[in-house]
Amino acid sequence: MGPTAAGALFALSLLVAVALVHRPLGDYMARVFTSRHHVRAEWWMYRLIGVDPDGEQTWAVYARSVLAFSAVSVLFLYGFQRLQSHLFLNLGLPAVKSDLAWNTAVSFVTNTNWQAYAGESTMGHLVQVAGLAVQNFVSAAVGIAVAIALVRGFARSRTDKLGNFWVDLVRGCLRILLPVCVVAAVVLVAGGAVQSFVEPQTVQTLSGAQQAVTGGPVASQEAIKNFGTNGGGFYNANSAHPFENPTVWTNWVEIFLLLAIGFSLPRTFGRMVGDLRQGYAIVAVMAVLAIGSQLAVHGFQLAHQGTVPTAVGAATEGIETRFGVANSAAFASATTLTSTGSVNSFHDSYTSLGGAVLLANMMLGEVAPGGVGSGLYGILILAVVTVFVAGLMVGRTPEFLGKKIRAREIKLASLYFLTTPALVLLGTAVAMALPEGREGMLNRGPHGLSEVLYAFTSAGNNNGSAFAGLAADTTFYNTALGLAMLAGRFVPVVLVLALAGSLAAQRSTPVTAGTLPTHRPQFVGMVAGVTVILVALTFFPALALGPLAEGLR
Amino acid sequence: MPGPRRNRTRTSRKPLPTPLPSHRGRGGLLDPRQLVRALPDALRKLNPATLWHNPVMLIVEVGAAWSTVLAVREATVFGWLIAFWLWLTVLFANLAESVAESRGKAQADTLRRAKRATMARRLPGWEPGREPAGGTEEAVPAPQLQQGDHVIVEAGEIIPGDGDVVEGIASVDESAITGESAPVIRESGGDRSAVTGGTKVLSDRIIVKITQKPGESFIDRMIALVEGARRQKTPNEIALNILLAGLTIIFLLAVATLQPLAVFAKNTQPGIPDTATLNGNGVTGIVLASLLVCLIPTTIGALLSAIGIAGMDRLVQHNVLAMSGRAIEAAGDVNTLLLDKTGTITLGNRQAARFVPVSGVEESHLADAGQLSSLADATPEGRSIVVFAKQRYGLRERTPGELAHATWVPFTAQTRMSGVDLADTGEVRSLRKGAATAVMKWVRDHGGHPTQEAGHLVDGVSATGGTPLVVGEVIRHGEVTGARVLGVIHLKDVVKEGMRERFDHMRTMGIRTVMITGDNPLTAKAISDEAGVDDFLAEATPEDKLALIRREQEGGRLVAMTGDGTNDAPALAQADVGVAMNTGTSAAKEAGNMVDLDSNPTKLIEIVVIGKQLLITRGALTTFSIANDIAKYFAIIPAMFAAVHPSLDTLNIMRLASPESAILSAVVFNALIIVALIPLALRGVRYRPASASALLSRNLSLYGLGGIITPFIGIKLIDLIVRFIPGVS
Repeated sequence: MGPTAAGALFALSLLVAVALVHRPLGDYMARVFTSRHHVRAEWWMYRLIGVDPDGEQTWAVYARSVLAFSAVSVLFLYGFQRLQSHLFLNLGLPAVKSDLAWNTAVSFVTNTNWQAYAGESTMGHLVQVAGLAVQNFVSAAVGIAVAIALVRGFARSRTDKLGNFWVDLVRGCLRILLPVCVVAAVVLVAGGAVQSFVEPQTVQTLSGAQQAVTGGPVASQEAIKNFGTNGGGFYNANSAHPFENPTVWTNWVEIFLLLAIGFSLPRTFGRMVGDLRQGYAIVAVMAVLAIGSQLAVHGFQLAHQGTVPTAVGAATEGIETRFGVANSAAFASATTLTSTGSVNSFHDSYTSLGGAVLLANMMLGEVAPGGVGSGLYGILILAVVTVFVAGLMVGRTPEFLGKKIRAREIKLASLYFLTTPALVLLGTAVAMALPEGREGMLNRGPHGLSEVLYAFTSAGNNNGSAFAGLAADTTFYNTALGLAMLAGRFVPVVLVLALAGSLAAQRSTPVTAGTLPTHRPQFVGMVAGVTVILVALTFFPALALGPLAEGLR
Repeated sequence: MPGPRRNRTRTSRKPLPTPLPSHRGRGGLLDPRQLVRALPDALRKLNPATLWHNPVMLIVEVGAAWSTVLAVREATVFGWLIAFWLWLTVLFANLAESVAESRGKAQADTLRRAKRATMARRLPGWEPGREPAGGTEEAVPAPQLQQGDHVIVEAGEIIPGDGDVVEGIASVDESAITGESAPVIRESGGDRSAVTGGTKVLSDRIIVKITQKPGESFIDRMIALVEGARRQKTPNEIALNILLAGLTIIFLLAVATLQPLAVFAKNTQPGIPDTATLNGNGVTGIVLASLLVCLIPTTIGALLSAIGIAGMDRLVQHNVLAMSGRAIEAAGDVNTLLLDKTGTITLGNRQAARFVPVSGVEESHLADAGQLSSLADATPEGRSIVVFAKQRYGLRERTPGELAHATWVPFTAQTRMSGVDLADTGEVRSLRKGAATAVMKWVRDHGGHPTQEAGHLVDGVSATGGTPLVVGEVIRHGEVTGARVLGVIHLKDVVKEGMRERFDHMRTMGIRTVMITGDNPLTAKAISDEAGVDDFLAEATPEDKLALIRREQEGGRLVAMTGDGTNDAPALAQADVGVAMNTGTSAAKEAGNMVDLDSNPTKLIEIVVIGKQLLITRGALTTFSIANDIAKYFAIIPAMFAAVHPSLDTLNIMRLASPESAILSAVVFNALIIVALIPLALRGVRYRPASASALLSRNLSLYGLGGIITPFIGIKLIDLIVRFIPGVS
């Protein structure tokens, strides 16, 4: 079997696995969020935080809970890092400097996991486990909770209640993320990933040099890093590090984990709104975009012109040899499509057009399938916009799942799709205008521009992967990217919840032959088209001056 | 009148949509003279104070002004051309709106002529039933009339204000508002009592109770509506405006943030000389303004308000007045259509459809007897028997004076029979036609014994939803009397031609039709089956109707209905789209949100189509507008940056001659496409009843795909011309 065939098999088997798991996992999640039953551990937690698990919240209260919880999380994580030197299990590492601590705290709370630091030489075990890993769980659960609230908005009618954030948060962690991650961590350990609390060991390398090798609770972090689409690696090299991602098959497992929830949530959506076809349509949009992106990255990595790629037969720079070009492309594509941001190869080294696709993956707004929860609500917003234009074209006030899309709904949806492009474009422009921003670039010319554009795209869309090449641990970038991550997460969250509130308040309009069907291939194509065109129109000038200028011949 | 009574009757003057009255301009193609006439108004609209309600065009105007400043500071042919065409873009948008408005203005002028200053003859202290004493009349200028005043109007006088006839009957010329020259009857009581100020009494004398408030007459409201003076943005228009504003902001951001990137790109390659599009300070102001104007959705932004005005106008051309734009949009959304049976689905009255003789009687004999006995029956049913006998059996209609020795027995509601007694040399032949029970009793009273067969025939007709009339015959020859039943006349409702197809269309559009009738369920079922409606409400009272509307709305459906009677008012008010007939009462007109001047209930179907067309036009042009941007990028991006990044010339797939010609071509295309689409905006996109899915496919390929391809061709063609302008090539 040649490398191309092996790569195809690798990608195809992932596709099959995700397709197989999306139904049971999606149905399971729907049950988790509609069940009236609380398990004992949950009761205990509700009593601890003092909430009535059966009291439902309006959108405003729900949003307030999300914001309050996240604000406390940021403060806690910031303090944790700043006090690291006073805590145990710190491996003798000093306190994290303030701008980096702010950036990291925001990064993990927003499910971005942008890392302006090298994990093994900055964070001790305690911060990694009790700080970062905890946020990996809860930030993912927050995303799922918000998506579920939006789904309830569609499913319910004439109510102002969207569920209880605390219940959704606790259930997301305890019933979905935790059990799967326990199993996944064991699987990764079996594959050779490290899981220990040992001090760094000093070993002698083949060349005779001394090297300190840091072990730690890696496999557990690795599981949630991917399953929760977080992406913050234990090591600086992230999933390219053999302790995190030892073999080709653990590579497969990791990609599978980061795709699993994102592709299953549309099923949950279909189940909860009582029309599975709607879920299939949404998952189809995601799949069309994801498969297209995979093929493009593969194509560009294998067939890009250039001296070295032509000589070697593929763009191999920055690629782990144990994974190869195809499996690295699959990982890169999956991690940028899911707002995960873990990497097993260096995106900076990708061909310019391959890198452009990775950039575009994020610019889509992280919707194919996107981050856990955020992907679903992102694509539902795009579906709302599509329904609006398409609905007018069939001569009716646009409706989606029986809910009319009127001024208020379109206002919230418009603000949503404005937010991230605004952050990305403004951030990039400011960075390019200021000497502090330009200094961080490793390369001059269009590639340097791509590095900055990538950083803000990654932060604004809460992806967290880095193009590398950009010296990001500066006061400017730590502050600016921190702000981009914060706004890129919570402005959309509030808008989504407001939208959910106004949808839930509406009565449902019955479906007739005059209603725009939102489950047919026609609609799938249209949502995919709107997503791509919206991105193309917004980012085309910036892409032209970056990767396109570099990659076109 | 025989048979079950309908709860009210209505005669429709015009059963099917009529051609438009000539004084109302037709929709459709744009007359260049119209553009010229609208020009001064369009120039006036350049005032930013009036333009601010259209944010997209306001930004274009700011861009045009900014370009002008730059062109003045550094005069180049390119700069001036761009500035000129940016101004034209704004002007074209204004032109679209002005042309749409000018049509309304013409109609308003016609209406104003009807609103001549009239003097009213007020009757102070008059009460219904009293003869107005000559001395109590006073002359008052019409505008000073108050609600509740009584005025007297005689032949040749103009009715001074809207009101209800409380005494008398008159023929009225309503052409001033309906454009229909045939006079109509207005009488006190019943559903034809409403009169409109500005119309003229042609005969007789009526006393009218004024129902309008001063200055709020029907004509005043019509003028305000067609002039668009009170035009408020409709809900969907507001939502679309928000989306367009969102897109505009995105493109504003994309263009504004481009500058630092461009500066960086330029300055990292200091060896490359400055061009007309890019220098050390980044992209030139004129090019940035051009890019912005090309990207923001100017096409739809320019035409949006024209589409709304034209939609209202199309309704007016159909002689329908919508009291709000909201109502037109709601019409497009309607899920359930309530249609009155009489006058809408069926012709006004039941008509004879069949003569069914008892055995032993020739059908022609029955027809002859039926005709003879109906000659003295002036009810529509009676007339229809005469006509039917003539058409089917060639029996000439005989006038009452024609037959000698004939004694005519006219139809009365008490006897429920009509007929004739023919005396002929010792023999008297009496014929009676009427309600089954009445005629059978008459036969029995004369010693006859109606056979069981006759009873079966009567039941048979009833069972199919028809109305049976029995024809009886009594022959007196001296003392010998023979009485018998000849047979049954089958009266049935006649469904208007083409109704079934219309209801089929409604069904494909996802609209459920419900027939409302006062008939019993059996009759209602038969007619609804024949007409092809989805459902019916039999033995309907106004309360039932209201309850039905509420029930439908409770299920999230939007309901449209027509009505004319005062008892329709609550239902008209409750319905999402309530179309009142102009012949109806003031109460009905007040309750509905549309008035049909032709009083043609079938019009509801056209109203729904106009509502849909309005939304589709907006959606289609939005799609077109956004799809256009792709080609513009391919024109402008390489034009801006190919100098610093030669690889970007790959994107110049249109092979435009120079950066200047590329940008100018895009700007010119952007302006011209607005003019090109004005006719479409005014006329509305073509609408054929189809399912949502089929409609979307068609419009997507036409306006989506078309919107992607058209500008590639258009920009290339314009470039082929502008490349010869010195300073552009």
